[in-house]
Amino acid sequence: MSISVQNLTHIYMENTPFEAVAIKDVNLDIEDGEFIGLIGHTGSGKSTLIQHFNGLLRPTRGTILIDGVDIFKKEMELKSLRQQVGLVFQYPEYQLFEETVYKDIAFGPKNLKLSQEEIDARIRESMELVGLDFEKVKDRSPFELSGGQRRRVAIAGVLAMKPKVLILDEPAAGLDPMGKSEILNQIKLLHEEHKLTIILVSHSMEDIAKLVDRIVVMNRGTIALTGTPKEVFSRGELLEEIGLDIPHIAKLMHGLKARGMDVPDNIYTIEEAKEAILRLKKGDYNA
Amino acid sequence: MLKDITIGQYYPGRSPIHLLDPRVKIIITFLFIFIIFFIKSYIGYAVLFVYLMATIVLSTIPPRLIFRSLRPLLFVIILTFIINMFFTVGEDVLVSFWRLTITKEGLNQAIFMALRLVFLVMGTSILTLTTSPIELTDGLEYLLNPLKVFNFPAHELAMMMTIALRFIPTLMEETDKIMKAQMARGADFETGNLVQRAKSLVPLLVPLFISAFRRADELAMAMEARCYRGGENRTRMKELKASKRDYIAIAFTCAMISIVIIVQI
Repeated sequence: MSISVQNLTHIYMENTPFEAVAIKDVNLDIEDGEFIGLIGHTGSGKSTLIQHFNGLLRPTRGTILIDGVDIFKKEMELKSLRQQVGLVFQYPEYQLFEETVYKDIAFGPKNLKLSQEEIDARIRESMELVGLDFEKVKDRSPFELSGGQRRRVAIAGVLAMKPKVLILDEPAAGLDPMGKSEILNQIKLLHEEHKLTIILVSHSMEDIAKLVDRIVVMNRGTIALTGTPKEVFSRGELLEEIGLDIPHIAKLMHGLKARGMDVPDNIYTIEEAKEAILRLKKGDYNA
Repeated sequence: MLKDITIGQYYPGRSPIHLLDPRVKIIITFLFIFIIFFIKSYIGYAVLFVYLMATIVLSTIPPRLIFRSLRPLLFVIILTFIINMFFTVGEDVLVSFWRLTITKEGLNQAIFMALRLVFLVMGTSILTLTTSPIELTDGLEYLLNPLKVFNFPAHELAMMMTIALRFIPTLMEETDKIMKAQMARGADFETGNLVQRAKSLVPLLVPLFISAFRRADELAMAMEARCYRGGENRTRMKELKASKRDYIAIAFTCAMISIVIIVQI
């Protein structure tokens, strides 16, 4: 599914002393099957932006087209939209409420009024997708699981809706390094094998640099920069101006370049950096 | 959605009314309420009306905000008006039809009761609109202090109120978030009959309660870690001090009350 955002502005509590402009005049096109990384500070408007994609927030001005259809037209069925655009909020484990993991994941499919067999099949499938053992976990209470497992249950709850677009708000926040890389790898898998369009929201460049096709950088409610990770990281100064951290390797490369060494400035993986530095060394010897 | 509700209704500002000592504001509000029920003539209400309008103008609060506070009570006000109009016993019959009669006394009584309710709501909403919840509980604590002689836990009560008020916005935000998260999973909070709607609240209330208890636990822990103990010998960062402004406000209110009493007689 493609998402097209046109001149989107959102103002919270307009016409009160608490009025706050969250996003202003944002234009963005997301292609079917893309893996987007949405980066920005707390308060840069990224959470507000993604809540428009499944109709949880109404734009103050502007339109959102999903597959070319304006989702805020009157006749639009929001429920089916929310089935197709799955949204996993930050710390989604706090939304769990049922007695067992099984029942909790069933909440979404049940709201879609599916048959019992279909619900059961979906629960099995989505638990497998997030790496939870169906037999072992299904009858346990979500509240006795570990933080990482609880988060998987919550993500499975959204996956059980079988969305075509999956939006995740800081899915790795607050997890230990292992849980973090596991979750991120599973998201990668969802993109590669199940061809989901994925929008990954984060404020950490490091986490998403290796995963995504395209990065969208938000700053103060507008899009500051967009492009492939290579393109974005070559604009180190702008990112630092905004106050965002670039990956360590990219920093290293910028540092080397600043000291007059001839290295490309759009590298952000260890392998590429190794190559570049070795090449530089060889050049030195040859000279 | 929920973000559009301003609970506690505080309207930030730096007007003379905002800057009044909260204790003075609470006392004045009580005097005001007392005088509302004391007045029994139109001229008295006119004086009160002038006083109220002057306060609203001074407070720089948009009048529409104050009138909006009347909206939830509109039904009660109209009901009171009707009941008083038809069921007050009087002699001077104005209109009579079917089994109902409207007497002059009844009409007067109805208008007075309605006016009282309107003034009551407007007066108290000026208090909450111009006083932040923290100031309000601070003021209450001072005013309740004398009751400590009878072992009344004034400080604890004020602390509980402060904490409760402090967590209203947090819980509202949390409710909004959980609601959206469940809506993203196809939950429907808006349609269906009463039973269905009540049932649809379970996925909202369970996580909300869990998080409220978790927050309470964390807060208690954090307070204990900093050796909090209430009551005796606690000092505060902001001491309440009455200033010239407060004496003027009291004088102004007393003047209004005397005028009301004079015109009554």
